[in-house]
Amino acid sequence: MSETILVFAEHHAGKLARPAWEAIAAAQHLAGDLKAGVVAAVLGENPGAMANELAQADVQQVLAVASPLLREYTSDGYAAAAAQLIRERKPQYVVFSHTYQVRDFAPKLAARLGGGLASDCLGYRCEGRKVIFVRQVFQGKFYADVEFVGAPPYSVSFQASAFREDAVQRGPAPAPVENVAASLDASTIRVKPGERFREAKQAVDLAQAEIIVAVGRGIKAPENLEMAKQLAEALGGELGASRPICDSGWLPMDRQIGSSGQTVAPKLYLALGISGAIQHQVGMKGSKTIVAVNKDKEAPIFEVATYGIVGDLFEIVPPLTDAVRKMKSR
Amino acid sequence: MKIIICLKQVPARDAVLRLNSASCWIEESDLTFEVNEPDLYALEEALRLKEKHGGEVVVCTLGPARAQQAIKEALAKGADRALHLDDNVFISLDAFGIAQALAAAIRKEDPDLVLTGLQSDDSGFAQTGVILAELLGLPHATIIMEIQAQEKSLKVKRELEAGWFEWMELPLPALLTIQSGINKPRYATLKGIMGAKSKPIQKLGAGELALTAEALEPRQKITRVYTPVKAAKTQFFEGSPKEIAETLLDKLKNEARVL
Repeated sequence: MSETILVFAEHHAGKLARPAWEAIAAAQHLAGDLKAGVVAAVLGENPGAMANELAQADVQQVLAVASPLLREYTSDGYAAAAAQLIRERKPQYVVFSHTYQVRDFAPKLAARLGGGLASDCLGYRCEGRKVIFVRQVFQGKFYADVEFVGAPPYSVSFQASAFREDAVQRGPAPAPVENVAASLDASTIRVKPGERFREAKQAVDLAQAEIIVAVGRGIKAPENLEMAKQLAEALGGELGASRPICDSGWLPMDRQIGSSGQTVAPKLYLALGISGAIQHQVGMKGSKTIVAVNKDKEAPIFEVATYGIVGDLFEIVPPLTDAVRKMKSR
Repeated sequence: MKIIICLKQVPARDAVLRLNSASCWIEESDLTFEVNEPDLYALEEALRLKEKHGGEVVVCTLGPARAQQAIKEALAKGADRALHLDDNVFISLDAFGIAQALAAAIRKEDPDLVLTGLQSDDSGFAQTGVILAELLGLPHATIIMEIQAQEKSLKVKRELEAGWFEWMELPLPALLTIQSGINKPRYATLKGIMGAKSKPIQKLGAGELALTAEALEPRQKITRVYTPVKAAKTQFFEGSPKEIAETLLDKLKNEARVL
């Protein structure tokens, strides 16, 4: 029997999310290299419709894991149901997308099953049967090769867009769907999820902006924001920021760009003093043209920048603003 | 309320990092270290809960001798005492092994609440807190932005993606991983720094914690660390700030055509 790769398909309130398809793309890719079969699993109170949707992908089988106690996501419920499934099916690898939900339960699951979890991976490479996973360390300044030791299951979560949704291979015919009843005990589900909400409505919709000037820690003090604001105004763009700036209260949260803030893809994105940790990059790397100004030439932002300036933003920005004004007045 | 705050020491954010000669980690000599940023927020949250509800804040740090500096900073800010897990066998642990060691130390303390940062700024696996909850048999919630403590339970605000949040409740004892930005961490006062000198730091090794080599066996290992190969063909500009500004504008206008 060939090895199995179990892939976890995340959903929100019964709708499969993009991370589900990205995880399937990753599992299919890995299965191709290992000559293994992909089994997709979706957990919920009533996951049948989602399972049928997943069955369109080229996978061996889809497992619709159902229980009334899986109606809402809880780490306790998901870890228990997934652990049962994995103990029964004995996959070699378990593949996830590195989402907030997966971060919440996958380490618990792996700890319970006795296998390792290589989290937040960018990709992998094979050396014979050995799979080496690649992930960022030190906020993206370096990459690290990670190998599993000991017995499977080996769990791996991939960063958003490490594998693309549109890379999912469709099957010639729908894959068989198997209904699995998870046997869960209500008393083991200790966490009680409540309402989901957004903070006071967003005053600015950065997603609509064509030009964004974004500032990071390199701006150093709130009084220096004026300089960035002037550049944004000269360019006719909006001001955005990385998380630490909004955490410090220097700019309101609705200006925050990144995984916990807004996702933007303007035609021009200027990153001033932003190192470009992955949490920021996922929110802006779809921008058409990216300009990065940073004093650290090793800053990860330069990996996605079209144009890079290694230097002090306090020296670069004022003449840039002047030049933009001059150009516009012509 | 007895609160354990797990605190890690990591290379300072603006430190220049170099790879070690074996290319399997960074060169740690001559490096400045600081408290992992999310852990600072977790510490602040622990101190505020103690101020409001009474009790004790115990720092729990796994790391070599240099980590004493991080522990002292936490004690100066107001933590009552510390557990310092230091042993040669702890050096190359993965997240699971670290959680095993922390769990062995924390179990004896029987706390009401355990707080950790959501991830570390060095390896960034974002796993230790959640594994620790599993090993301690505690309910947990991750990426927390607000804590309301009640008699026997917590109401917490959990951050989700894209600006969404969720309220959730969990019974005590519990474990929470804290997100940066939940509060404004305080600075240590001179009085605090002086007072920290007499606060107890208990050293614990694998022997004291009855940890066998088997329990600490890694499940994964980092085999190589290296500089990323840059995929984007970034064009870099040099010259005086004025020259750079003009070159950049010219490129934006005539090459990228975005202005």
